[in-house]
Amino acid sequence: MRTIVIAFAAVLLAGTAFADEQVIKLKQAPGVDKVEANCQACHSLSYIPMNSVFLTAAGWDATVNKMINALKAPIDDADAKIIKEYLAKNYGS
Amino acid sequence: MHNISRRYFLGSTAAAGAALVGGLGRLPEAEAAIADLTPGVPEGVGSYATMATLPGKKPLIQLADRPPNYEAPIEYLRTPITPNDQFYVRYHLSDTPEVDAKTYKISVGGDGANGQAEITLDDLKKMPAVEVAAVNQCSGNRRGLSQPHVQGVEWGYGAMGCARWKGARLKDILDKVGLKKEVIEVAFNGADGPAVPATPDFIKSIPTWKAVEDTTIVAYEMNGQPLPHLHGFPARIIVPGWTGTYWMKHIVEINALTKPQGGFWMNPAYRIPVGKFPLRDRFITQENATSTPITEIVVNSLITSHRTGDKVKAGKVTVSGMAWDGGYGIRSVEVSTDGGKTWGSATLGQDIGRFAFRPRSFDFSTKKGKNSVTVNATNKLGQSQTTELIFNPAGYHNNVMQSITLTA
Repeated sequence: MRTIVIAFAAVLLAGTAFADEQVIKLKQAPGVDKVEANCQACHSLSYIPMNSVFLTAAGWDATVNKMINALKAPIDDADAKIIKEYLAKNYGS
Repeated sequence: MHNISRRYFLGSTAAAGAALVGGLGRLPEAEAAIADLTPGVPEGVGSYATMATLPGKKPLIQLADRPPNYEAPIEYLRTPITPNDQFYVRYHLSDTPEVDAKTYKISVGGDGANGQAEITLDDLKKMPAVEVAAVNQCSGNRRGLSQPHVQGVEWGYGAMGCARWKGARLKDILDKVGLKKEVIEVAFNGADGPAVPATPDFIKSIPTWKAVEDTTIVAYEMNGQPLPHLHGFPARIIVPGWTGTYWMKHIVEINALTKPQGGFWMNPAYRIPVGKFPLRDRFITQENATSTPITEIVVNSLITSHRTGDKVKAGKVTVSGMAWDGGYGIRSVEVSTDGGKTWGSATLGQDIGRFAFRPRSFDFSTKKGKNSVTVNATNKLGQSQTTELIFNPAGYHNNVMQSITLTA
């Protein structure tokens, strides 16, 4: 629930009061909803295009696994699979 | 001035802004000024990064707003002291609360301490004050230039700055609680924290020998001003010579330890392969067979007067910039204008301390067409920059000699 609330808040804030608020439009493709709902609970979406285009599918797998295993992002297995596929397909080399 | 206004405010700003915003909403006008990115950073950075203005700051290159990671364009690095409003900003975690100075306390203790103490900001200011001019450079500065690229915050040249830091010696603070003989490390925790509770808090340690050096301080002033929030108000750790990861902001806990500090931010993060870099400082209690924590800054330099591709008049041109290292001091800076066949010496500017930026400049006559300028700094240990990248998985310690092309 928390992730959804935060994602919604981020959209509301975009383009309003904060001069430094970043507006990142990810590539619209299957899975983008899961990326937006999960990833920006902890960080803005800029980290995705920032790390492109050079990570292989294995590189994006390792990155998402780091977020879950080392940094304890609360992402369930089904979402993680979709996120990895989205990143590899849209931001992978 | 170096066409700064044209570069930042013209060009494809409007189109880029419109493309970024898409269906999400309106972008305030004149906000998304394009950023002059360091050549060689991943192409994806250029797809979104703009200049953006944090409270109390001039526009910085906004790599990410949450957690905030903003780098300085090279124009901001033309003076040996970087003004506070031009200094880069780096956080690991998204919860970055403003700390109330009135209720602020640093808890000092740990299993390696004989006692426990709480230190307020007033207490800190009553202790003997030390001021040190020192470069704060993110461990990952120039990560974006790694070939192949590696995952992380894709910094160009500007994740660094040099300031005069004033505060109390960490040693004097540790003396208040007394250290046991068995102490091996001193650990730091700041008031900032993760977005979700399970994420490892950002906790760092340094070896005791480094903690008790006279220049390792708990600073409350930066360039004569109270430490700005984005730089760690009310107080932060200053570890001159070592990379920024140890310079804990918003310091609230200092613990003397008899066992190595654990946690994600000590291992696997902020590590370099053993034996790959010519470093003198070792952090032996954290070392294992394959990796060791990053320690001192490698000798390096940056041209700040020009960018590669700049047009110049034929005739005399002065190329200037900064050189710095891990605190041994800069001995010389050599410049080549023929691709490394012959080298001349740059003139070194004012020396404001061995941990600080050392300005240097070099005059030469440009010929019509393309002119290359390559720079190599050498420190007082005799260490120089490298001709090729020493690749490592986290993209640290990139001190490849910078080479730019000027067109006359």
